[in-house]
Amino acid sequence: MDKIIVFIFGLLSILFTYWFFFMKKINTVQAEGTINILVDGGYKPERISIPYGQTTKLIFERKDSSACLEDVIIADFKVRKFLPLNEKTEIEINPNKKGEFDFSCGMGMFHGKLIVE
Amino acid sequence: MKIKQTFAIKGMHCASCVYTNEKALKAIPGVTDAAVNLASGKATLTTDSKVEKNKISDAIKSVGYQAMFESEESLDEKIKTEKIKELKNLRIKVFVSLSLGAIIVWGSFPGIMNFAPEIFKNFNFQFVLATVVQFWAGRDLYQAAISSLRHRIANMDTLVVIGTTVAFIYSTFVTFFPKFFMDLGIEVMPYFDVSTVIIGLILLGRYLEAQAKAGTGEAIKKLIGLQAKTARIIRNKKEIDISINEVVVGDLIRVRPGEKIPVDGVIVEGESAIDESMVTGESMPSTKYKGDTVIGATMNRSGSFIYKATKVGKDTLLSQIIKLVEEAQGSKAPIQRLADIISSYFVPIVIMLAIGTFVGWYVFGSSPIFVHAMLRAISVLIIACPCAMGLATPTAIMVGTGIGAQHGILIKDAESLETAHKVNTIIFDKTGTLTKGKPEVTDVISNIKNKNDLIQLVASIEKNSEHPLGEAIVKKAEEKKLVLSKVEGFKSITGQGVEGMVSGKKVYVGKLLATDKYDDGEKLKDQGKTVVYVYINSKLSGLIAIADTIKESSLEAILSLNKMGIETVMITGDNEATARAIGEKLGIKKVLAEVMPQDKEREVKKFQKEGKIVAMVGDGINDAPALAAANIGIAMGSGTDVAIEAAGITLVNKNLQSVTSAIKLSKQTMRTIKLNLFWAFAYNVVLIPVAIIGLISPILASGAMAFSSISVVTNSLFLKKANI
Repeated sequence: MDKIIVFIFGLLSILFTYWFFFMKKINTVQAEGTINILVDGGYKPERISIPYGQTTKLIFERKDSSACLEDVIIADFKVRKFLPLNEKTEIEINPNKKGEFDFSCGMGMFHGKLIVE
Repeated sequence: MKIKQTFAIKGMHCASCVYTNEKALKAIPGVTDAAVNLASGKATLTTDSKVEKNKISDAIKSVGYQAMFESEESLDEKIKTEKIKELKNLRIKVFVSLSLGAIIVWGSFPGIMNFAPEIFKNFNFQFVLATVVQFWAGRDLYQAAISSLRHRIANMDTLVVIGTTVAFIYSTFVTFFPKFFMDLGIEVMPYFDVSTVIIGLILLGRYLEAQAKAGTGEAIKKLIGLQAKTARIIRNKKEIDISINEVVVGDLIRVRPGEKIPVDGVIVEGESAIDESMVTGESMPSTKYKGDTVIGATMNRSGSFIYKATKVGKDTLLSQIIKLVEEAQGSKAPIQRLADIISSYFVPIVIMLAIGTFVGWYVFGSSPIFVHAMLRAISVLIIACPCAMGLATPTAIMVGTGIGAQHGILIKDAESLETAHKVNTIIFDKTGTLTKGKPEVTDVISNIKNKNDLIQLVASIEKNSEHPLGEAIVKKAEEKKLVLSKVEGFKSITGQGVEGMVSGKKVYVGKLLATDKYDDGEKLKDQGKTVVYVYINSKLSGLIAIADTIKESSLEAILSLNKMGIETVMITGDNEATARAIGEKLGIKKVLAEVMPQDKEREVKKFQKEGKIVAMVGDGINDAPALAAANIGIAMGSGTDVAIEAAGITLVNKNLQSVTSAIKLSKQTMRTIKLNLFWAFAYNVVLIPVAIIGLISPILASGAMAFSSISVVTNSLFLKKANI
């Protein structure tokens, strides 16, 4: 009997894990000239829309002491920057190409997206 | 109380600047007095309350100058202090958690526990020690895991936290409610050793990884460290030392022997041997004279000289190099894409696998089923190492681009570094790339007694012409320290040559007259040289051959590329004979002659159509389209400008061997990346199933995990020893 309960419970947990991590909805935030991005267990906001051709300041503020998040990489715009803890770090992006561009932490565990349109 | 604020003003050069700035500063509300000193370039404000920096900056800017504040702490120093603090913190936590873990292991591990003091075997005592490790040493892990869970993201910390928390909670229950477990027929045995040792080893892994990672960015720190701090400038006939930030274009700077050259510029007085190895990677010092370019951050060896600053601040060669390397380190290699995709799904999948492992062992496993299932699920969580995958490529790229910069090889982005190792055909532009790009006198054949007399006569005549070939002859005379004579009746005969009277002799320099024949001249022409004939008093008296000479490094470079199995091709606008002669000398079999500059791009594409991966090497000025069309463009450095858009790789020095070095560097970096990725993937692919079938204990799993990410970073650091 207990085995059946564990089996069902386990299956539900797997489904819950799948739903929790893979099926989240992410809102896109529109950046107008500048946007503040909080770095704390991930990036907030995670999806940022930037108008094509408009130079935009991304202001990262790292509140998370984890070494994983200390660097931010925006590879398509060739940016790799150290984010000092509890400080605002400005990164200027000149979006001269359209599309979706990933930004991530140094190890590629945390991700965000810049949408240039 | 009055407050004084001091800062520097950039761009002042006269007394009226002082007045303008003082007036602008006094206009800021709250400022009672402003004193500006021209010689020191400093301003002192007396204010009632502290004036914000941006207000001062704006006021100075409004009158056309720039305020410079001593930065309280540069970003580099900030990173350094933060890192030192972090490492110290980690060290303490590693020491405490491993010590406490060792006590618990001693008190609970079958066999050795018989020799342990009674108190170590006490479950309540173990609980206290384990709690300290779990919530004090592991505090950062919890914080990171919880804040990422809020974003519905899972990472390394999530796995460690889930694994150790399960072990800790189970052990706590066993400690405080042993009867409950006894009734269920489960042995009363806590697993505090598992939770503490895992945390200890994971933190140890992080500590070692952080130390190793600091080494990957060393090259750029070294480059930044090259910068001089001060410059000795000459203003109003006085020499003063000022901060390098305050140097402006046009400043005259004095550099004495053994001093660092502060910014880029051109020598206006004096000469010296300058060691540029730190910036260009060129090992031999070069002698520079009046009119030559000097590079900031290089070392003045012998003489004292004065030069005029032409590039300061972010425009200097060193700043451009630093920016380029930083950008390259921020870019991503295509090979990394797969690792990126996998690591973004990896952790949640591992959590699901761990749940599956628990269920599998609970349903089908042997007694005690709960304990077995739990420990195996923990092993799965702990052994998975997404970090190794994430670190595999970027750490190698960072080390690779850094080494490149130290050798004068600037790589634009990770993609260029990746492409370079696949190159199997290299097309070289001839002029200025394989050759020096400046005609030089190569042969002098004289029918009169003294060869130098012939050169002296010809140079005297040619001094009056503006022909580049003439310049080469004049230069030769200067090298031989010959004194030129006055020329009378100089005449330029279009399409033929020049003539005039020198020291009472009628001298003609130019084409061979139709009636004459000169075999030596024909031979030299066959070698691709330009020959001018000399007639003295209408008698054929000798010849001078002039050619664009091959760089010393070209021969070695072509030889080593041929050895590497790379096909070398020369492309030039020269005629077939000249081109072939030079090609033969260099050992280049394929020569494309009489190609107009605008057609070079088409030639590159022809090779690509044959399936070749082509690198084009040129100066980046008139061959930019060909550089851009090639799979990888390699531009030879020109003075102090390195930002060549069309090139994937820019060589700061003019040494052609750097082309070979760049290809070698790319090959070695790619080998490191592939080994790293193989290791990171194989590790997870092999060990996760091993953990699922229960062949590895959680403690061993944590050791393997810590080892795996350190080994990847260490392997990248081995690149520093690469022989390029």
